[in-house]
This record gives sequence, C-alpha cells and structure tokens, in this order.
Amino acid sequence: MSFPWANEYKPSHPLMKWVDERLPLPRFVYSAVGAGYPVPRNLNYMWNFGVLAGFALVLQIVTGVVLAMHYAANSGVAFDSVEHIMRDVNWGWMLRYAHANGASMFFIVVYTHIFRGFFYSSYKAPREMIWLLGVVIFLLMMATAFMGYVLPWGQMSFWGAKVITGLFSAIPLVGTPLQQWLLGGFAPDNAALNRFFSLHFLLPFVILGVIILHVWALHIPGSSNPTGVEVKQESDTVPFHPYYTAKDGFGLGVFLIVYCGLVFFAPNLLGHPDNYIPANPLSTPAHIVPEWYFWPFYAILRAFTSDFLFIPAKLMGVLAMFSAILVWFFLPWLDTSPVRSGHYRPLFRKFFYLLVVDVLVLGYCGGAPAAEPYVMISQIASMYYFLHFLVILPVVSSIETPQPLPFSITEAVLGKDEHATLSPATPAVA
Amino acid sequence: MVRLFGPLVGLFFAVALLWSFGNGAYNAVTQPTPPTAEALFHKHPKEVAFSFDGPFGTFDKAQLQRGFKIYQEVCSNCHSLKQVAFRDLGQLGYKEAEIKAIAKNWGNKAQTFDPKTGDRADRPNLPSDHFPPVYYAGQGNPPDLSLVAKSRHGGAQYIHSLLTGYVDQVGYKNEAGEELLKKFPDAKTPDGLYFNPYFANLNLAMPQPLTSDGQVTYSDGTKATVDQMAMDVSAFLTWTAEPKLDKRKQTGWPVLGFLLCATVLAYLAKRNVWADKH
Repeated sequence: MSFPWANEYKPSHPLMKWVDERLPLPRFVYSAVGAGYPVPRNLNYMWNFGVLAGFALVLQIVTGVVLAMHYAANSGVAFDSVEHIMRDVNWGWMLRYAHANGASMFFIVVYTHIFRGFFYSSYKAPREMIWLLGVVIFLLMMATAFMGYVLPWGQMSFWGAKVITGLFSAIPLVGTPLQQWLLGGFAPDNAALNRFFSLHFLLPFVILGVIILHVWALHIPGSSNPTGVEVKQESDTVPFHPYYTAKDGFGLGVFLIVYCGLVFFAPNLLGHPDNYIPANPLSTPAHIVPEWYFWPFYAILRAFTSDFLFIPAKLMGVLAMFSAILVWFFLPWLDTSPVRSGHYRPLFRKFFYLLVVDVLVLGYCGGAPAAEPYVMISQIASMYYFLHFLVILPVVSSIETPQPLPFSITEAVLGKDEHATLSPATPAVA
Repeated sequence: MVRLFGPLVGLFFAVALLWSFGNGAYNAVTQPTPPTAEALFHKHPKEVAFSFDGPFGTFDKAQLQRGFKIYQEVCSNCHSLKQVAFRDLGQLGYKEAEIKAIAKNWGNKAQTFDPKTGDRADRPNLPSDHFPPVYYAGQGNPPDLSLVAKSRHGGAQYIHSLLTGYVDQVGYKNEAGEELLKKFPDAKTPDGLYFNPYFANLNLAMPQPLTSDGQVTYSDGTKATVDQMAMDVSAFLTWTAEPKLDKRKQTGWPVLGFLLCATVLAYLAKRNVWADKH
C-alpha cells in the first residue's frame, strides 16, 4: 500500500521499460526506498537508525563471510586461526576488528532504534506487526552475537558458552539433557564450536529475511513520525528519495566516523582481555561476563539470589531474563494511550527517562562482579524494569491527560496548515 | 487478557526480587563479608608512558630490539612465544641475514619427525618457523607470552609494574598505611611462590626475573637499569600481541580524514535537498 499521491515509476529508457514489463524489480525498489515512497516530512535524526541497523548487518555479513574463509572451526586450532587472521592474512586484522566492533555498533544502533520505538510508541496500531518482527530480529541478533563470541575459543568464549547453555539446565526435568543436546556433549567442546559456527553463519541470513518482512510491514501503514499524528495529505510527506536518502547519507557518515574510530584506534576497548587467553576448561576466569550488549539482561539474570516459593533462584533468573525481552511483544496491548508520541505525554515521558537510566544502571551492574552493592542495585533496577512495562505503563496510559496534538504534520512543521480549519482547536476563518 | 495478566506477572517478578533483595540485605547486615587481602592490597599498574600510547603513538624499533633481547636472554628460558615467527622480527628492523642467524642459533630447536623410520630429531630453526615451544618442569605454568599484553588489564603498564613490583612481603603496607601481615596473618606467601602486589592474588610462581641493573648488555649503549629493561620488554610484548599497531593507526587517519570530508559534504547535500521543506 502507499498513499495515493505517491510518485509512480515511469521508466524512460527502452531497456528499463523492457525490464519493467518482464520483472518489475526496479519498480519495486523505487516504491520501497526510492522517490515512490512518501515519508512524513518531520522525521528527526532518531529515524536514521533503522537504515543504520540494516547497514550494520550488511557490514557484518561482508566481513564475516571473508573471515569465514580463513577461520577454522575446530577447538584445537580455532584460537590460533584467529591469530593467523590477525597476523598473516592480508588486512585480516582490519577485517576481524571491523567484525568485532561491527557487532557492538550494530547493538548500539539497534538499542537506539528500540528506544526510539519506546518513546514514540512506534508499536501502536496499526504498526504492531512491525514491532513484533523487530523483537524477533533482536532475539535472533542476540543468538547470533552470542555464538559469534564463542568462535575465537578464548576463555570468555568457552565460559560464556558454558554459562549461557547452562541456563537451559535450570528448566525442570528436561534441563540437563537439553543442555547436553544443545552442546553435543557435557561441556562446550568441538561439537559445540562446530554447530555454533554453522548457526552463526546461517542466522544473519535469517535476520535478513525477517528484516525484509519488517520493512514490508512498515510499508503498509508507512513510517510513523515524531508527532504521532498520521499522514493526512500530500503536504505531510516528502518522497524518500532524495529527502531521506540525503539525510541517511549524513547519518551514515557520522556512524562510520564513530565505527572507524573504534576499529582503528580502540579496537579492544569493548572486548574483554580474557578472550585473548586460549580456552581452558580447567581454569575458571575470576569474573565471567558476556559482551557489553548483554549486560542489562545478565544483571537481571543474576538479580535473583533466593529461591522464591517453590522456584529455585536459578530458574527464576532464567525466566526473568527471557521475560525481560518477551515483555516487549506485549507492549502494543500494555500501553493503551491513544496518543503515540512521548512529546505529548508528560507523565509517560518522565517514566520513559527513568527506564533509560534504569537500563543503563542494569548494564553497569551486569558488567560488574557479582558482589554487593551491585547485586542489590540490580535487584532494585530489575524490579523497576518489570514494573515499568507491566504495571506503570498500563496505569499511566489510563490516568494521564495528554497535551493537545497538532492538527497535522504540516502544521507541526510550518506552524500553519490551510486544511486546519477542520480542527476544532483552530478558530474558523471568517 | 494482557491487561489482566501483565500486571500480575510484573508483580510476581517484583515480589520475587524484593524477596531476594530482603535476603541479601539481611545477610549483608548479619554476616557482612570481610574484605579480602586481594581487595585491600592489590595495586593497579603504575602510570608509565610508552611511545605507542595514544592515537599518534608508534613503536620505537630500537626499544623493541632491546625488548627482544630481554625476551631472548631472560623470558625465553620459561615462556614460549608461539604466535610469532622469526620472520616477523623483520618488523623490528633486523636484516634477513640477522634473522637467519637468530633463528639458527635459537636455543630450542625445531622438532622433526621422519615418517619412514619413526625417528624424532631436532633441526635449527628457519625464519619461517614460529618460536619453538618451551618445556618447563618447575612449579607453575608459564603462560605463552605472544598475547600477554592484550590478555591482561593494563597491558604494557601491567607487565612493567609486575616486573618491577616484587617487594618483601614482611612490613608491606598499602596506600592506606595498613600492614598486610598484621591485618591478614594467614596471607603469608606460601613456599615456592613470590609476593607481588600487582599480581591479582598477590602471590605468583614466577620469581623476580629482572633482578639487577646490567643483567643484560644492550648493544645500542642504553643503560640497562631494571626499570629500563622492564619498559623495553613490555614494549616488545605489546608488539608481539599487536604487531599491526603502527599499520592500524597509519590506516586510520586517512580513513577518518576521508570520512570527515564525506560527512561534511553529505551534510551540505542534505541541507541543499531540504532547503525548501523547512
């Protein structure tokens, strides 16, 4: 679907006419990300992050495929093959640093994209499906990143794999056999490394597929916008190309500057030193921590330190950690306010900023050793996390009085709209 | 349904967390965990400056050569360097003939195996060989040093501090003025281990390797103080861990310069395109 005023693809060259009649792929691209896709004219820079996430995925696939040409997924040589890439493969060091830091950049961009969605309630009708697919993409990303981190077969790789697959052993009755089935053994070893490599290669393409669905679902209602007011007329929109291709080009430049700054000047800043020690099943690192992008969820996992009712603490932690993400699936039905944008929701806005601080605190505690005061701070922060989504959000939606919305996107941008006479808030023109 | 069960699930997790929090708080008050000797007496690496620090820093080849000499004469008795090949020494400024000689005269030989007779034998190392394995029969397990500068918090500064940080445990005080053996009489270093406050658990199996000034004679005339030797070998081990450091930074600057120009142009293009829409 698109708006009636969308530009139509009109090939002028005979060759393009010939192609268009036989396979209208250029027409498809034109209507999806070209001049044929009308987009609200008031998008701010928070709307750059979807394109950036797509770019980050392509970057990971390109660097990853080349790395896979030099990497050996065998527990005996995996660590050395990574060092071979770093030392002897032409520009191998750059590829590996680009891939490792690319994962971090991917998560930075995706977290921004998700929190953009929280603030502007991008999950609300009619965009629920876009949101649900987005959460699926995020879950796939987490699985992919986790398995990728295991591949260098350093200490954190090995012990991370042991801890994360150990989560499944918390499930009653089937837990331990399930963990052994996942690992292909009693502990992470060659079988686990091989299947993780296989899946780490496969999942990015699954993500790509779900992204296509995500963008497809986006094109049904069209992009949301910072006012949350739906597009009403042609003056509310501009064609994606050249307006947003130009804006995304600038955003991409800023993204690349930050990314290359990391790759060339601080490539190990976000990594853990222990992963430069080869995996050793007989020596447990002092503090096992995952990569930084899992820290908030790791903090929630570790916050449950006492058995509750009949449920062991470990199982509670695992349930809570998965629920912390699964709860996002229910957001469209938990937040019942008819107003989308946080700009017009004074009470919601305060809790939103509290959530941002809360997740940062959780992240900090997740990276810290499992000792006081970090555990107690994570317990308070996790409590707020669940209450925010499951209790505060529904209550705020029902008691809050939103501020008045602009009549249209045009009015929000230009301060006036000749069609605005329909709005009861505007006095009729004599 | 979601609006009914959502808050219930939220309260369930909140109460479970409150229960964990309460238990944790109760334990913290009734049985506070005493601070450990490691927490109170472990020291962070000394702040020392290396030529390769910062975005413009590069390796000092003369220093790397001195550091290699320390590795060759001191460290290599116990520690291997298996990720590095003799040919890599070319990056330190050694000529091909020098590298051949270094490889040939290296103490540990390359191992050969004759599949026809089943005989094992030694042969001199070649420039294409990696540094040979080192077998160590004493106490402890000397780690391979190839990546040590990247696998320890503090990198080169940590190595320098560790090598110069051996002190007598008797009478040792931390910055707060507390004396270790008075506060923790049980923390006395066991036999066969050596006290060093820069090591994570304060005692390590490696005896002080750099013991006196002039232990190694530098061919470039640099005075071989213990501190100088520690600095040089720390620099050398940073090179073994990150041999592409110079190349990385050299590549980074033009890349950033290009991106900066491209981003300014992209911004101007964006303003131009949007000129009539604001």
